[in-house]
Amino acid sequence: MAVIRDMIPAFELFQPTNVEDTIELLDRYGEDGWVLSGGMDSFDWFKDRIKRPAAVVDLVNVDELRGVRTTPDGVEIGALTTLTNVADHPELTADYSVLTDAASHIATPQIRNRGTLGGNLSQDTRCWYYRGGWPCYRAGGNTCYASAPTAMNREHCISGSSRCVAVNPSDSASALIALDAKFVIRGSRGERVVDAQDYFMRPSVDIERMTILKPGELLTTIRIPSTWAKATFYYEKVEDRKSWDFALMTIASAIRMSGGVIQDVRLAVNGVAPFPVRLEKAEQVVRGRTPSDDLGMEAGTVATEGAQPLRHNAYKIDLMRNLVRRAIRNSAEA
Amino acid sequence: MELWRRAANPWGQDVLIGISWDLMWAAVFAGLAFTLAHAVWAKWLAPAASTDAGGGSSVAGLPAQILRHALSERVFHWVMSAAMLVLLITAFAPVIGIQFAWVTIHWIAGLILTATIVYHIIHAVFWQDFWAMWVNKADIEAGLAELSHMVGRNGTEVPKAAKYPIDHKMFHHGASVSGLTAIVTGIFMMLRIDTWLGAANPYLLDITDSTWGVVYVVHGISGVALFGLIITHIYFAIRPDKWWITKSMIYGFIGQDKYVENFDPNRWAIPGAAPQEERVPAGVGASLGSDDAVVGSSDAAVGSGDVESGSNDTAAGGGDLAVGGGDATASGGDAAAGGGGAAATGESPSDSDDGRASEVEGLD
Repeated sequence: MAVIRDMIPAFELFQPTNVEDTIELLDRYGEDGWVLSGGMDSFDWFKDRIKRPAAVVDLVNVDELRGVRTTPDGVEIGALTTLTNVADHPELTADYSVLTDAASHIATPQIRNRGTLGGNLSQDTRCWYYRGGWPCYRAGGNTCYASAPTAMNREHCISGSSRCVAVNPSDSASALIALDAKFVIRGSRGERVVDAQDYFMRPSVDIERMTILKPGELLTTIRIPSTWAKATFYYEKVEDRKSWDFALMTIASAIRMSGGVIQDVRLAVNGVAPFPVRLEKAEQVVRGRTPSDDLGMEAGTVATEGAQPLRHNAYKIDLMRNLVRRAIRNSAEA
Repeated sequence: MELWRRAANPWGQDVLIGISWDLMWAAVFAGLAFTLAHAVWAKWLAPAASTDAGGGSSVAGLPAQILRHALSERVFHWVMSAAMLVLLITAFAPVIGIQFAWVTIHWIAGLILTATIVYHIIHAVFWQDFWAMWVNKADIEAGLAELSHMVGRNGTEVPKAAKYPIDHKMFHHGASVSGLTAIVTGIFMMLRIDTWLGAANPYLLDITDSTWGVVYVVHGISGVALFGLIITHIYFAIRPDKWWITKSMIYGFIGQDKYVENFDPNRWAIPGAAPQEERVPAGVGASLGSDDAVVGSSDAAVGSGDVESGSNDTAAGGGDLAVGGGDATASGGDAAAGGGGAAATGESPSDSDDGRASEVEGLD
């Protein structure tokens, strides 16, 4: 079991002032490079001496990655924007409150002051077997300690696993999926834009990465289209305590109502799989129907179909069903 | 280059967790280096066609097309090949950065491979000549002679092969060992993942981390070994001079000429064809490899009655079965001197070199 130490292993530290230099540095070091933004995830790894990058590229001086900008199509949020700035931003609060709700539920005010939106989306899983430095699948080994019959897996996933049963810990991910956000990724080979749900790596594809970011790539911007501005939103984070805790599960929904009927909807959850999940089947169930508690229950039942709980997390099936139910019911109340 | 990956398990024990992917590149390098070396050798360094040590007999009643692989064998081969290729691609493509959800495809292909191998074992044991694939003394002698010939000893006598030449048998056994090892270890590894057969239970067999590490390492070694073997297998399959063998795995048949040229009818008997007792002189087999001889033998496919004809007639007129030369001494000398075309010259043994002539006489 790893023990946090005061001294972190030595590495080359770079503090570029623009994205181009950052990309050049990341490209130069490849898998030996490490992107440091708020440091809320990185320093744990460094102090545990589990991750030992040769070079750390600190983004602290890359100001162009900070801030919220209005565009003709919606808003763009720099990946380096702090969670506090996201949570308190008036335009985001007015038009995309599901995101500001999510951001305001992350950790503590101190952490939100340092932590960034890009970092929250790109952070590593919190499975303690993995974080403990054990040679599990995600760490390049050949077993999953969390899925063993005797494992402590109350917080782990109930679907989407492929050898690894860890969950994605991001609170903001489900909100951005509900908002149909696009993530802008830059690397030495140029820029690519992906849908929010596609940013997160499936363990069946690559079990050692949480996102699709390749070595040398950087998440630069989160684009939120105006499609869902001022929609009916719902966000809920379920955690063991009301502050400074990782979510057991989060749900975010964006619903467009018309004549008392759900015209369009996007539902997303996190904490149920190794990646945030958009609940498309549940969306199909409720689309075109009048929201109600019964409809929410029906959608929740559909959403949990195929869930496979581990020894200690069967409660997550009920939890997920009820969160979907509440999200749909909320739109009726709204 | 690293061979293995190791890590400390939760109990602080240093355990194996798998092979180093350096081994994959080593297998690729070895496979490509072998094929490149062989291609260079075959193009510029290979000696003249080998001569036959006289293991062949005349064959009467040969059909024009000889069945080498029955439909069931061909279906087995190609299904197994497809499964094997899928397994290798799903195993190694992600390592080089081609990412996709490979695990499910991998184990399903593994089950298909397992089914084909089980079928093959049962089929080979109960419906085929199981021992036809076994390496025997004659194969070893032929292999050594072939090697001797390959390293430049022109004139080395290489006996004709049984249905499966020794290089085919060696590949088969190498692939069998690697494949069966990968299958057995893979089945154990399936216990650690969710499949249609059941949920993952890595603790079902109460195997220690160290033992699991060995299982993964052995599976990995089998995989990279198969990688190298299949590179060479595909190389030989697409070589123009081996294409007739490859086609036999597609259409099932080889031509009569190829049979006569390459196989000993006493070791691979064709139903309906009757090997004759006469010893065939060295060199006749080689001469049959020529275009002239092929034409002759083709025409004489059923020419058992002409077997006693002189080889001079055979080569020149093409009316007789080439391997059925009664004038062994004469034809043998020709072959040694000039290969296939020489058979048509009808030279006497005294025209060939002394050593060769004495070998031929010894055969007589």
